Amino acid sequence: MLLGFEAPSIDFHALAPEIVVTATLAVLILVDAFTPKQAKSAQSSIAGLGLLLALVPVVTLAVDGGTRVMFEGAFVVDTFSLVLTGLFLVSGYVVILLSQTYIAEGDYWEGEYYQLLLASILGMMVMASARDLITVFIALELLSIPAYMLAAWRKRDLRSDEAGIKYYLMGVFASAVLLYGMSLLYGLTGTTMLSEIATKLAGEDVPSAAVLAIVFIVVGFGFKVSAVPFHTWAPDTYEGAPTPVTAFLAVASKAAGFVALMIVVFGAFPFRVDIVEPLFWALAVATMFVGNLIALRQTNVVRMLAYSGIAQAGYMLAPLAVAGTVGDAAVQSILIYLMIYATMNLGAFAVVIAASRKTRSGELTSFAGLVRYAPGLAVAMAMFLFSLAGIPPLGGWFAKFGIFKTLVEADSAAGYSLAIIVGVNSVIALFYYARVAKTMIMDDVPDGDLSPVQVPVSLRAAISITLVLTVVFGILPQLVAGLTDNATLLSAVAVP
Amino acid sequence: MDFTSGQFWTSPITYMVFVPVVGALVMLLVPKANETAHKVLALVTSLVTAAIGISILTAFNYDSAGELQGVVDTDWIPFINANWIVGVDGISLPMIALTLLIVPLCVVYSWDHIPSPGNAKAFLILILVLDTGMLGSFVAQDLILFFVFFEVVLLPMYFMIGVWGGENRQYASIKFFLYTLFGSALMIVAFISLYFLSGAETFSMIELPGLAQSITHGWQLVIFGGMLIGFGIKVPMFPVHTWLPDAHTQAPTVGSVILAAVLLKLGTYGFIRIAIPILPEAARSYQWLIGLLAVIGIIYGALCCLAQTDMKRLIAFSSVAHMGYVMLAIATLTTFGINAAIFGMVAHGLITGMLFFVAGSTKERYHTLEIKRLGGLLKQAPRMGWILGLATMASLGLPGLAGFWGEFPAILSAYDPTNADYSTGFFGVSNLVLFRVFMVVAAIGTVFAAGYLLFLFQRVAFGVPSEEFEHEPIPDVNRFEWIAWVPMLVLIVVLGVYPNLIFSVTDSTVAPMMQLAAGG
Repeated sequence: MLLGFEAPSIDFHALAPEIVVTATLAVLILVDAFTPKQAKSAQSSIAGLGLLLALVPVVTLAVDGGTRVMFEGAFVVDTFSLVLTGLFLVSGYVVILLSQTYIAEGDYWEGEYYQLLLASILGMMVMASARDLITVFIALELLSIPAYMLAAWRKRDLRSDEAGIKYYLMGVFASAVLLYGMSLLYGLTGTTMLSEIATKLAGEDVPSAAVLAIVFIVVGFGFKVSAVPFHTWAPDTYEGAPTPVTAFLAVASKAAGFVALMIVVFGAFPFRVDIVEPLFWALAVATMFVGNLIALRQTNVVRMLAYSGIAQAGYMLAPLAVAGTVGDAAVQSILIYLMIYATMNLGAFAVVIAASRKTRSGELTSFAGLVRYAPGLAVAMAMFLFSLAGIPPLGGWFAKFGIFKTLVEADSAAGYSLAIIVGVNSVIALFYYARVAKTMIMDDVPDGDLSPVQVPVSLRAAISITLVLTVVFGILPQLVAGLTDNATLLSAVAVP
Repeated sequence: MDFTSGQFWTSPITYMVFVPVVGALVMLLVPKANETAHKVLALVTSLVTAAIGISILTAFNYDSAGELQGVVDTDWIPFINANWIVGVDGISLPMIALTLLIVPLCVVYSWDHIPSPGNAKAFLILILVLDTGMLGSFVAQDLILFFVFFEVVLLPMYFMIGVWGGENRQYASIKFFLYTLFGSALMIVAFISLYFLSGAETFSMIELPGLAQSITHGWQLVIFGGMLIGFGIKVPMFPVHTWLPDAHTQAPTVGSVILAAVLLKLGTYGFIRIAIPILPEAARSYQWLIGLLAVIGIIYGALCCLAQTDMKRLIAFSSVAHMGYVMLAIATLTTFGINAAIFGMVAHGLITGMLFFVAGSTKERYHTLEIKRLGGLLKQAPRMGWILGLATMASLGLPGLAGFWGEFPAILSAYDPTNADYSTGFFGVSNLVLFRVFMVVAAIGTVFAAGYLLFLFQRVAFGVPSEEFEHEPIPDVNRFEWIAWVPMLVLIVVLGVYPNLIFSVTDSTVAPMMQLAAGG
């Protein structure tokens, strides 16, 4: 039977952020084609402006309020997706600030770099609004494939090639696992809409294939968020990739993975918490401990940040282990964590990028005595690190507090045990964060070279933005928390 | 903070808490090389803070000291129902006064005592940040607000020890940090449990004492246990005290003084302000354990003191012993005991702070604190020798000086603990018998205290200077030291002669609180 094509009704206001980014992408390609190789500096400015411009409709949509549903429920614009779209746009902008001099001075392909970066951000934005399996998968591939290439951007460095290849192979493997899980799910339920899958899976007798499907899907996203034991790509990729790309992977890409996890878990499996919760409990515990314990032994700051990022993912996985009891509170605590984590982690990477301009190395020892020749950088780094460790009054405390609160709110053995484990891990983590701060502030400069670091304006801007936000979020956490007030995923699911 | 709230902006408490940070921010803008400007700025800031604080203390209605006064209650983080609730009552007032006194004195002392490797700017900024954290903790009436301020002091102290400390500073600083953070993690989980299990979903310290009674006894024990470890680390109680001797020994003089005078009190203050009023039932169950750990701390601290060869380390261990008396008094859960504990906190703050000042100045003159190499301080710097004498006498609890009123009532309070017939987990002995045993042990502890303190004073001050320093010119107390020390010395004597100065303020708050706690 031939079906006549009927154009879906499109709410252009709701799609405006995505449209602006797509248009910027087109402009970038055109400008790139008509500028000589030596004059690519406009690329970063255009990309940055495009991202900021896309924030405008995000704000107007937020002010407008309400939920906009399109494409028969496959694409939803609500508080949840708007908060995340905003997060992706802002962190994307900061990544562009980080990249500007790094990419320009390194003799890399400048034009393509920003185009791929924007494409990846576009994928993340779509992910935030995706509410069916196919949209989720397309968004995931759109954000991943450019990232594989970006990881290998330092084309003359073997480690960067390794980073790209490793990331690509592991990523494709994860996609395959995920897709297999999705196909099982489709076979069992006959639909790709998450809310319909949720209803179909709600009954008492669930075929065992559904369990398999759920596990495969969680494992597939587990790679993306670098949950242990699917984390093995992360340290090598982080170390080898250009540092701005590492920051992008560690913050935005990881956030997108969490978004996908939340959308699928709350959208499709809200009535199957009996399967999901133990899975996340085990993943969270393993991720926290492995990430933190290995981070203790790192001598390279970027690798340390990679493992610390793994551990941080463990904290964020923890609320999912009590998702059935606390519901949307878990979503909100993860959202809060993602926003604060993005701020402080991007800041830490910004300082590493700035300081490596002089030290030319990511080794911890090369940063010794940073405070003697770049006091501002050293103090900023200390703030970011202690924020990551969760010390008040820096932003990280509220992120961690939200996790604690959600876990205790569940009032269950799983919740309390995880709360204690998060507490123990916070103490372990402090040790390596403090060690970096200690090396920078208390140790002597290795070669006695006290010449100052030249920090370009874009990096200065990135550090200032993230530092101010890190401190402000810590003192007035309501600024972050208030955004998530209406961010819900469960309300969309009909209780059978 | 709800910035539209007029209440927030007109309350002097707001300014007292935040003026030090504002001063620190101003100092950030002044170039590092201009050290005098930094010293002046820091001093002015701490004096302005003290002036605002004094205006609060004078506006305080002492006739109704039992009530929380100057209360401000506005939104802070509505998302989690944490509010900016602050206020002053008879328990927090002495602590605030102590902080307001110590910080300017520390700034004055730092005038010509910026420890190696220098950098007055950073050092003084850290002191001011500490000031905000300490004052904030003492005025906070919301658990989360308290927690945040409680933690604000961590980073400055970590850097103060780690950058300006002695040879083993890095080990000491990270140990301090890790211990405290571990306690904080337990504390925050305990706070959140209170929030949910009380069914009230509030962090207000004013409301929680009435609401937490609905929590089952088992959970009360767990929550109190979390706070016990959290606050116990800060006090520090045996067996989680081991960070203290390292931190004290390695910290720069001013760091040791602030640590001893104020930071340790945050732990005992937490017991008195939070743990006991909110969970009195659990407190009674833990009573014997706290008392036991307290007397172990007294004896253990004293024995360790006797074994020390380093002056500063000896004083550090004497802190463990003295805080043991405070904890013993708290463990009795009587009005008399809590009053004694608060007095003990103030007295210990002044006396031990003074001892650390003298130790710091001794180190500066002799470049060593090894007791056997020192001697004849009274000959070389007689004024300093006598100040050391007064401080050691006060520390060992000589009647007429402040230390006596911290120690003696603490021991006395153990004679008659609350809930006397309660059969403890300690071989089923009743509370009464157990605490009377504690009383005797604590009394023996004072003999040890006399022993090690006299030993210290005798070896350092008496006799003739050792050959090593015989011909060294040892300057006596200088101008800045006089300014920093005289107020503390005067207070040690005044409080010793007229202890009612503090008891009259604290008693009216403690009595109703303990009645409420005992009535449960």
